[in-house]
Amino acid sequence: MADTATNGRWRDLDKLLLRPGNLVGPNFEPSPELRDDLQTYARVLVVGAGGLGCELLKDLALSGFRNLEVIDMDRIEVSNLNRQFLFRLQDVGKPKAEVAAQRVMERVSGVNIVPHFCRIEDKDLEFYSDFNIIALGLDSIEARSYINAVACSFLEYDSDDNPMEETMKPMVDGGTEGFKGHARVILPGVTPCFECTIWLFPPQVKFPLCTLAETPRTAAHCIEYAHLIKWGEVHVGKSFDEDDPEHMQWVYSEAVKRAELFGILGVTYSFTQGVVKNIIPAIASTNALISAACALEALKIATGCSKTMSNYLTYNGLEGLHTKVTEFVRDKDCLVCGPGVLIELDTSTTLQKFIDLLGEHPKVRMPKASVAHRGENLYMQAPPILEEMTRSNLQVSLYNLMGKLARDVVHVTGAAAVNGKTASSLRKLRIVFRGATNDGVADMDTAGGA
Amino acid sequence: MVEAKNKYDRQLRIWGEQGQAALESASICLLNCGPTGSETLKNLVLGGVGSITLVDGSRVEEGDLGNNFMLDAESIGLSKAKCVCSFLQELNDSVKAKFVEESPDALIDTNPSFFCQFTLVIATQLLETSVLKLDKICRQSNIMLIVARSYGLTGLVRISLKEHDVIESKPDHFLDDLRLHNPWPELKKFADSIDLNTTDPVVHKHTPYVVILVKMAEEWTQRHGGCLPSTREEKKEFKELLKSQMLAFDEDNYKEAIEASFKVSALRGISAHLRQIVDDSLVQVDSTSSDFWVLVAALKEFIENEGQGEPPLEGSLPDMTSLTEYYISLQKIYQAKAEADTAVVEYHTRNILKRIGRDPGVISKSYIKNFCRNARKITVCRYRTIEDEFTSPALSELQKYLTDEDYSVAVGFYILLRAVDRFAANYNRFPGMFDGSKAYLLVKSHSEMDDDISRLKTIAVGILSDLGCNSSALPEDLISEMCRCGGAELHAVAAFIGGVASQEVIKLITKQFVPMSGTFIFNGIDHKSQLLLL
Ligand SMILES: [Zn+2]
Repeated sequence: MADTATNGRWRDLDKLLLRPGNLVGPNFEPSPELRDDLQTYARVLVVGAGGLGCELLKDLALSGFRNLEVIDMDRIEVSNLNRQFLFRLQDVGKPKAEVAAQRVMERVSGVNIVPHFCRIEDKDLEFYSDFNIIALGLDSIEARSYINAVACSFLEYDSDDNPMEETMKPMVDGGTEGFKGHARVILPGVTPCFECTIWLFPPQVKFPLCTLAETPRTAAHCIEYAHLIKWGEVHVGKSFDEDDPEHMQWVYSEAVKRAELFGILGVTYSFTQGVVKNIIPAIASTNALISAACALEALKIATGCSKTMSNYLTYNGLEGLHTKVTEFVRDKDCLVCGPGVLIELDTSTTLQKFIDLLGEHPKVRMPKASVAHRGENLYMQAPPILEEMTRSNLQVSLYNLMGKLARDVVHVTGAAAVNGKTASSLRKLRIVFRGATNDGVADMDTAGGA
Repeated sequence: MVEAKNKYDRQLRIWGEQGQAALESASICLLNCGPTGSETLKNLVLGGVGSITLVDGSRVEEGDLGNNFMLDAESIGLSKAKCVCSFLQELNDSVKAKFVEESPDALIDTNPSFFCQFTLVIATQLLETSVLKLDKICRQSNIMLIVARSYGLTGLVRISLKEHDVIESKPDHFLDDLRLHNPWPELKKFADSIDLNTTDPVVHKHTPYVVILVKMAEEWTQRHGGCLPSTREEKKEFKELLKSQMLAFDEDNYKEAIEASFKVSALRGISAHLRQIVDDSLVQVDSTSSDFWVLVAALKEFIENEGQGEPPLEGSLPDMTSLTEYYISLQKIYQAKAEADTAVVEYHTRNILKRIGRDPGVISKSYIKNFCRNARKITVCRYRTIEDEFTSPALSELQKYLTDEDYSVAVGFYILLRAVDRFAANYNRFPGMFDGSKAYLLVKSHSEMDDDISRLKTIAVGILSDLGCNSSALPEDLISEMCRCGGAELHAVAAFIGGVASQEVIKLITKQFVPMSGTFIFNGIDHKSQLLLL
């Protein structure tokens, strides 16, 4: 080719960012500055440094992003190595986030990746508010739900209940299982959030206990009997640890005994692990293509260099190849990405009384909430030192704590009952004080961008 | 090795030890080591393919660092094949990695027999003329070929081989094989031994639905002149009959029976899918036939004789509410029937082998058993040669795609991907690809770009009209989009294409799951990608 004379490192990406086009986003302004801005200002958080997270970090680093952070609480295991390509055998036991960040920085010069080896709940809202885009590479519904709620908590609505674009925290989310996967774009307030379409992720069906105890028929029944019933009977007071090989071995041998007793076949150690840990099969190629779709959408969100996907891609390579994009719609009454749960209070209501009320409120159901207002912690249930520091607020009226605003948003975090299960949750609440008028202190609409 | 087993645990749960063994003995050749090729191989190296051979004659330039993760700053000026090879090797030391510093186009021209040593060739970023030549070479030697291409925000993946037969197609959802519409004597006898009107409430709510349906269907036929429920009304009535047997509303077994009641009305015989395979001309086997087709011939004999129109029983029983002993007994009845059916198929197989002059014992028992267990799901994939597709595509399909809103972008990209190759053959560059200084000027001045757009349009219109198609269906915006990207290979697009291609490679090598048919056209604009069957 005649074009082999180098155009610099971003030879290929520049064509997309420097040239005008017809099939582009509404705010696309092609220029070398666009690439520079992408590199200087765009900040992306990758949540999860597993199969998807490793791919996402690589894809984003090679799509022009330079300011990346990654958060993951796990350490590297041998079974990660068939797909988490940034890890080697000698890395086993090290924190995923740290190794992943290091490897990508070594390979792609100029990119800066800050690792966070901790739980997603350990970071406060301020940490998350710092990013322009959040990319999710997670395998649990609970974690997705949590990050989704965090990202949606920043969203503010104007007085006509329209989402304010400058408060929007876009997310790209991927998930895979074997040859199947999905990639989606969540623009809070515009496209459905994770919670709007939670029905896409039905809870896993559990075996009835009476089947396990009385009429086992399959290998899985024998394993779950050993895991859920027999363990507790034999090891009183000692909880089962699925990462302890001795525990797993015990469950396996008990399951084998039970299977022999009933004439059931198929209990193996590997199958026991699969059932007990609910292992989802995973391969490199599916993670690669799903992450690539997410990274491409992140690039489009950041630069407008092409139209975006709306809004949910499914890929299935099991029988031939099937891909489909579905345009899901927002749940207008969504508690997470909507304007928030409206709660009316008297100006005299104390913070303590407000917290008590949240435990009973049918749309909140959070008995031990921590409360934050505009980034300030009004009360923290933990750690003890913060609890002590904020305890005196409990007897103060919320109205006073919130700067005597007639209405404003507060964020509450804590364990809440969701679909019959208790999970770490974050809720946005719209507080309106009865009889209070805004005496010009600060209106929430005008203060939104502050 | 325990470590390897742990390392591959998450994929062994998908394709098992046999699939893994097939991967580990496969030898794969990659043509061109850009990001599309590097990413495709990366996924296969991680999965533990036996050996890889990378072919690329180019040297690493600065621009390659912007889209290829398998290179770094120290690679500049060195052989691309060598650098990518060594970074890939780091990912998995049980893979044998080699490289050849030669241009793939030259190798295709000068040394076609080079390709005979491989199980499968992955051709990336190869122009039309070379693809056509390579396809011929691979067909002749029965080497599997996958063509993968990334181009701006589009790309394609295409499999090319004569025939690929799948026994373990492992579909996600497939109706279980319970024969409730046609129970065999042992199943009937077992059902007869159970009293549905038992007064023991525990037994009543733990009688498996298979037994309930066999007995109630028999009762129904006795009252309906030997016929099973067939009309919508009758099926509804049959459900009511089942409901009336319930002693309490919480009897899950009866709920399962009502839900599965349609299974008693299943038609006898084989599916249209299987019919097509057993009626294929290759079922007339001779000494050159593959084991697969010998088995299909044996299957056909079974269906036409002992099976009385039905395939061998699969033999597995889904979990259902039941007393343990009822369930285990049923399981054994299903397994026994499956084994008996397999023995008959084996008998036919040995006879056929004898008849065609092969060693009757050459096909193993376990192969036959596996075939019978999957008999209803066997799949045959055939692919046209790329030349056939290019010179005489399925016109009716092409016309349909051109006018169908869901396909118009994909088919537009399909035509344009061919057009850019012809453009490159004429001008020795891709449209919108200008040398360094001009690349930036284009933001201000569009004239050269406009020239390329109209040239590309002329070529694309020419391709369509040569095929006798209306060229007005080609969206103008797509043509300028193709020129805008100027042959760019974006990392995210390459990673997507590489993911798709490596999935297909795995399916082909493990001979499990069904590989894609047709040409996959990636649409990176709104992700409405399509498969085109041309
Ligand atoms: Zn929502």
